[in-house]
Amino acid sequence: MDALILSRLQFALNISFHILFPTITIALGWFLFYFKVRSDISGHPVWMRIYRFWVRVFALTFALGVVSGVTMSFQFGTNWPGFMEKAGNIAGPLLGYEVLTAFFLEATFLGVMLFGIRRVPGWLHTLSTLVVAIGTTVSAFWIISLNSWMHTPQGHEMVDGVLYAKDWSAIIFNPSFPYRLTHMLLASGLTASFLIAGLSAYRIFKGDDKIAPKIALKTATYTAAVLIPLQIFAGDLHGLNTLEHQPQKIAAMEGVWETDTQVPLVLFAVPDEDNRTNHFEVSIPRLASLILTHSPDGEIKGLNEFKGEHPPVKPVFFAFRVMVGMGMLMLFCAWAGSFFLYRRNQLPGWLTRIFIAMSFSGWIATLAGWYVTEVGRQPYLIYGVMKTAQAVTALPAGNVWFSFLMYAGVYSILLVAYMSTLTLMCRRSIEIEEISSEEREKARAARVSPTGA
Amino acid sequence: MPFESLSLVTLAHIYIGLMALAVLLYAVLDGYDLGVGVLIPPRNEAFRDDMIASIGPYWDANETWLVLAVGLLLFAFPHAHSQILQTLYVPATLMLLGLILRGVSFDFRAKVAQSKKRKWDLSFKYGSLITTLAQGYMLGIWVTGLRTDWMAQGFALLAALGVTAAYAFIGSCWLILKTEGELQQKAVYWAKRGLFILGGGIAVVSILNLTLHESVRALWLSAPWGYFLMAIPVTCFALLCLCAVVLKRSPTAKGHAEWLPFVIALLIFGLCFAAFAISYYPYVVPGELTIIEAVADASSLRFLLVGASIVVPCILAYTFMVYRIFSGKAEKLSYY
Repeated sequence: MDALILSRLQFALNISFHILFPTITIALGWFLFYFKVRSDISGHPVWMRIYRFWVRVFALTFALGVVSGVTMSFQFGTNWPGFMEKAGNIAGPLLGYEVLTAFFLEATFLGVMLFGIRRVPGWLHTLSTLVVAIGTTVSAFWIISLNSWMHTPQGHEMVDGVLYAKDWSAIIFNPSFPYRLTHMLLASGLTASFLIAGLSAYRIFKGDDKIAPKIALKTATYTAAVLIPLQIFAGDLHGLNTLEHQPQKIAAMEGVWETDTQVPLVLFAVPDEDNRTNHFEVSIPRLASLILTHSPDGEIKGLNEFKGEHPPVKPVFFAFRVMVGMGMLMLFCAWAGSFFLYRRNQLPGWLTRIFIAMSFSGWIATLAGWYVTEVGRQPYLIYGVMKTAQAVTALPAGNVWFSFLMYAGVYSILLVAYMSTLTLMCRRSIEIEEISSEEREKARAARVSPTGA
Repeated sequence: MPFESLSLVTLAHIYIGLMALAVLLYAVLDGYDLGVGVLIPPRNEAFRDDMIASIGPYWDANETWLVLAVGLLLFAFPHAHSQILQTLYVPATLMLLGLILRGVSFDFRAKVAQSKKRKWDLSFKYGSLITTLAQGYMLGIWVTGLRTDWMAQGFALLAALGVTAAYAFIGSCWLILKTEGELQQKAVYWAKRGLFILGGGIAVVSILNLTLHESVRALWLSAPWGYFLMAIPVTCFALLCLCAVVLKRSPTAKGHAEWLPFVIALLIFGLCFAAFAISYYPYVVPGELTIIEAVADASSLRFLLVGASIVVPCILAYTFMVYRIFSGKAEKLSYY
C-alpha cells in the first residue's frame, strides 16, 4: 500500500475515533449544566448525585477527546501537507480560532468544574459548568465551519495554485454550514441522551432502585423524544442542501445511476459500480423524487452524469442506510420509552434491554452520517477545488505504516477500556449510598420532592 | 480589516513572538506536570495519589498550549511545519503516543477497579517519559537544522535526557510547592538530583550548541555582544547554585520559601529559552528556513490576529484565576 491509502486510512481511523468523544461531550456539557441548575434551584441532593456521576463520565470522555484531538492537530500537517499548502490560509485561521476561543476555555474551566466544588462559590461552579458547555459548542462551531467550507467552498480566490481568503463571513457561513452544524449538534444531543438513558437503564436493570438513575433516564428519554423528530427534519433539509451543491453525493446515497424524473426510493440494494446498476433492489416508486424535490415528478441527477467524478457508491449508499435505520430505531425507542415512563413511571423489561443495547447507538449513527458526507465528497478533498490525491504526504510508506498500526492498537485498547469503565462505574454506583444522612436532613428541611416536577 | 497597516515582516514577528510565548508556556506548564508524571514512584500508591492530585486541575489546559503552538506553526509558518514534522514524524508520533497514554491514564486510574489502578499509573509514568524524551529528541534535531546524521542523533539523544531532567526538576519543584510531609521531603531529594543533572545538561548542550552553527558561534563568542550574552549562562548558573542552597535547607518546618525552587526553575526555563531564541533568530528552522521565508499570507494572519489580540489576554487572565483558585497545598484526590 502506498502513503496515500495509508494516510487516508490513518486519518479516517483518527478522526473516527476522535469524533466519538466530542459527540458525547458537546451535549453532555449542557446536560450537566441542566443538572447543576436543577440542583441549585431545588437544593435537593439527588440532582448533585446525578451531576457527580455524569461529570465523571464527562471527564473521562473529555480526556479521550483531548488526546485524540492533539493527535489530529499534528496530522493535518504531517499527512496532508498539500492541503495546508493550498488551503492553509483558510483552514489555519478557522482552526486557530477554535483553539483560542474554545479549547482553552473548555480545558481551563473543566479544572474548576471537576476539582473546584469545595474551593469556589456555588455560582462560580455553575458558571464554570456553563462555560465548559459553551466551549464544547463553540469548538463544534469552528470545526464544522471548516468542514462545511470543504464541502461548499466560497469566499476565496485562487492565485498561483494557492487559496486566499476574500470574504471571511462568506467562508465561515458557507451554504452547507447551518445545516451541518444543526445536524451535528442534534446528533450530539441524541448520542448523549441515549448514553445517559442506556447507562441509567443498565443501573436500574442491575437492581439499582435509587432515584438518581430514574430521573436521569426520564430526562434523557424525554430529551431524545423531542430531539429525534427535529433531527429527522434537519437531516431532510441538510439533504436538500446537499442536492443543490453536491448532487453526486445524493445520487450515491440514493443509488440512482441514470438521471430521471419520478425516481423511486431505494430501500435496499447492492450497488454495482462496475456494471453501473443495482442488484436486489427493493424500492418505492416516485418517493425519492417526492422527498428530494418535493414533487413526485422531480428530476434527480444520476451517477452516470458524473463519471470519474463521483464518490465510491457502496460505502456512501450503505452508510446512509445505517444512519437512517439507526434514526428510525431511535425514534421508536425514544417515543415508546417516553410513553411508558410518562404513563407507568418505568420501562417494561424488554424495553429496558433495548435501551441498554442502544447506549452507544448515537456513535453508530454519527459515524455512519460522517462517512456519508466525507466519503460522499470524494474524490475531492475541497469540493471542486482540490482532489484528495493532491494533498498527500511525501512521507515514506513505512513511517505511515508504523504510525497507523500504533494508533490502531492504542485506539482499540482505549475504546474497550472506555466502554468497560463506563459499565463498571454503573455497577459500582449501585452500591453507593444515595444520599448521606447529612444531605437527607437538608432535603427534609427544604421539603422538596426529589423529582421537582 | 484591522491591522491593515502592519507589514508582512511585522506580522511574521508578531506570530513568531506569539508562538514563542506558547512554546515557553507549554514548556513551563506542561513541563511541571510531565515532570511529576516522570517522577511517579511505581511502589508507593499514596505518593502517586497525592502527586496526581497536585496536577489534577491543570494538566488539560497546560496541554492546550502545545495545540496552540503547533497550530500557530502550521498556520503562520506552513512550510516550516511540514518540514519539521515530516522530518520528525516518528518521534512526533511517539510523543503523541505518550501524550495519549498519560492523558487517558489520568482519568482511567480513578475509575477502574483497584487491581488495575497500578497499571494505569505506570502507563501515566511511562507515557510522560516517552513524551519528554521525544520532545527533547525533537528539540535536538530541530536545533541542528533538521539534520539526521549520527552526530545530530547523538546531540538529540543528549537533548532528550536534558529535557527530561529539566521537566523532572521543575516537576519536583512543583511538588515542593504543592505538597507537604513525606512526599515533600521526597520531592526535595528529587529536586536535588534533578538540579545536578540539569546543571550538567545545560553546560554540555550549551557548549555543543556552539559547534553546530557558524552564526551561533560568531554571535556568542565575539565582542561586544558576547559580553552581554554571557550574562545569560552566568545568571543561569548563579540561579542553579542558589537553588542548591535553598534545597539544602528545605523543607523548613514553617514552610518558608517553598515557592522559591519553583520560581527559580521558571527563571531557568526562561533563560534557557531566551538563549535558544537569541541563537536562532531569525530562523524558524535553524540555518535552513527564516521566519520571513516561511510566513503565510498576510490577510489571513491579520484575520486571526484580531481574535488573538482579544482572546489571548483573556486566556492568560482566566488561567491566572484558576491558579489563584487552586493555590495552596493540593487537596486529596476526589472527583466531583
